[in-house]
Amino acid sequence: MTPTALIAEDEPMLALALQAELGRAWPELQVLGVAPDGPSAVAQALQHRPRVLFLDIRMPGLSGLEVAQTLAEDWPDDAPFPLLVFVTAYDQYALQAFEVQAVDYLVKPVTAGRLDACVARLQPRLSMAAAAPGASSPAVGAEVLDQLRALLAQATTGAGPTAREAPAAARLEVIQAQVGALVHLVPVDEVIYFEAADKYVRVVTADKDHLIRTSLRELLPQLDPQRFWQVHRGTVVQARCIAAARREESGKVTLLLRGRAETLVASRLYAHLFKGM
Amino acid sequence: MLPSSSAAPIRPIPPGWRGLVLELLLLVGLCSLIAVFLYALEPRALGAKFVYSMCIGGFCWVFIGLARRLLMLVVSTWRRRRLGASAPALHIGALGSIALAVPGVGLGLPAGLALADALTGFQSPSVWSVDTFSTRITLAVSLAGTVSMLGLMVGLERLAHSRAAAEAAERAAAENQLRLLQSQLEPHMLFNTLANLRVLIGLDPAQAQQMLDRLIGFLRATLSASRVPRHPLAVEFERVADYLSLMRFRMGPRLQVLLELPEPLRALQVPPLLLQPLVENAIRHGLEPQPGEVRLTVRARRDGDTLWLSVHDTGVGLGASPVQGGTHFGLEQVRERLRTLYGPAAGLSLEEAPPPERGTVARVRLPWVDVQPSA
Repeated sequence: MTPTALIAEDEPMLALALQAELGRAWPELQVLGVAPDGPSAVAQALQHRPRVLFLDIRMPGLSGLEVAQTLAEDWPDDAPFPLLVFVTAYDQYALQAFEVQAVDYLVKPVTAGRLDACVARLQPRLSMAAAAPGASSPAVGAEVLDQLRALLAQATTGAGPTAREAPAAARLEVIQAQVGALVHLVPVDEVIYFEAADKYVRVVTADKDHLIRTSLRELLPQLDPQRFWQVHRGTVVQARCIAAARREESGKVTLLLRGRAETLVASRLYAHLFKGM
Repeated sequence: MLPSSSAAPIRPIPPGWRGLVLELLLLVGLCSLIAVFLYALEPRALGAKFVYSMCIGGFCWVFIGLARRLLMLVVSTWRRRRLGASAPALHIGALGSIALAVPGVGLGLPAGLALADALTGFQSPSVWSVDTFSTRITLAVSLAGTVSMLGLMVGLERLAHSRAAAEAAERAAAENQLRLLQSQLEPHMLFNTLANLRVLIGLDPAQAQQMLDRLIGFLRATLSASRVPRHPLAVEFERVADYLSLMRFRMGPRLQVLLELPEPLRALQVPPLLLQPLVENAIRHGLEPQPGEVRLTVRARRDGDTLWLSVHDTGVGLGASPVQGGTHFGLEQVRERLRTLYGPAAGLSLEEAPPPERGTVARVRLPWVDVQPSA
């Protein structure tokens, strides 16, 4: 089967260069297209399901890491997850992070030698995956998930794998949601979960829904990571409001809540949080 | 002793001391001249005339000059203690000194006469009997001498002060030039441009040469621009055009550029590379993170006695991402430059673009009179 690839790169000439170099280094590889920004990279990857994905780190809309996170969470169960190669210009943190995680990366502009080495690593992994597709093996391997989680943690804090260690003083105690002339003050203890919705974040308590304009990304560092767990790129739950977690075959986890009828879904990236003790 | 301005530079001899010595020398010189003059009028007892001249001159100087310096020292120190190190030092100039001259002469003259009398054994008629010729002469000469001394003193001080100010301004200008140059040869921009150039060389050598020409033109202009204090607005727009064409090579056809410079404004004089940081910010923080087609518009417009230069980007806007250190520093530099060159009449504002547009607008305000070609 012809190996396929998708390139996500916002600078058209660098995308052309990568395509040209790939044509030379791996002629059998079929490049399905070039996505000029994060959101279209996600859309095209989910639609065409390439076997290899070259992700520029800095892109409009979503960063390369965020694209990878979205894909890891939304990837269908019946197709193998692509091999990821991150492409970075000179971001020193990214380089360190990639080396530590043994994730494939390329520095741009891509040189022939480096690309050859990368291709040499990718080809055997592709044929290995093709040779042994298991119904039991999850679409997105545990190793990939670990690597992505570590990269994301490093990206949000900018240093080290220990995630948001906000000093106790900076922890939010009260959420303030404004509706017209009224500002609701919701003690953070009463919040069952936060859910990202467009430019807002839904603050859901037992009896009410509020909307705040702070993004989830800005909110996270102010929340106690012991009490509030991120279970999905758009969802943060107060752990003690989770009654039970049911594992599905897809690798995702359904969360049953105390005090709310609806269920939440924890993505593959965060399913590891729900294990027996 | 006392710097006459809190901004005076550090010198080997404190300016106060140097001023003091100079004043003493002037005093002796002037008094000698007066003595000689009086001798010419009434050719006897040159020695005695010299003593009288010195005594009167000396006391007048004590009461005026010393009092002046003491007053400045006391008030400045008190101000500094009360209001902190940045409090302005008191400076008593020409008018203040003349005000001090009246009590100064009033006290100095009788005191000087008394001392001189004691030294020479003569008995001067009371100062207040103004009918005698010699008294009138004495009074007239004392006043004339005092006023000229004061004039010289204040004049010298002002000279030193303005020399210090000129030096400080020169130094600040040199520092600014250096900083401007540093910010223009920014590695980030060079790196990205060269990375793209490398690709273009293989794909389309003719276009690669064009891009390289633009880069060379931009760099040459950057290097020379930091040396002239002003250049025409038309040239400034050309620089911006060069930079933006390099950006277009990088970002591809999704970047649309619009430059609007009305004909009558082309010859106006503006500081070089004034718009550069604004355009860079617009691209890096506004347009690059925005997916899809984006537009950058640079406009010059006159509104009464103000010249407006605006940079509008249809990018992510101000609220989307937290303002990073880089943006702030670049903008602060522009604001400082404007403040130094034009004072409070000039300014820089950064706002959300007014609807129906999206994105951000950076506006520079310059006083119309200061950008005229002859200025």
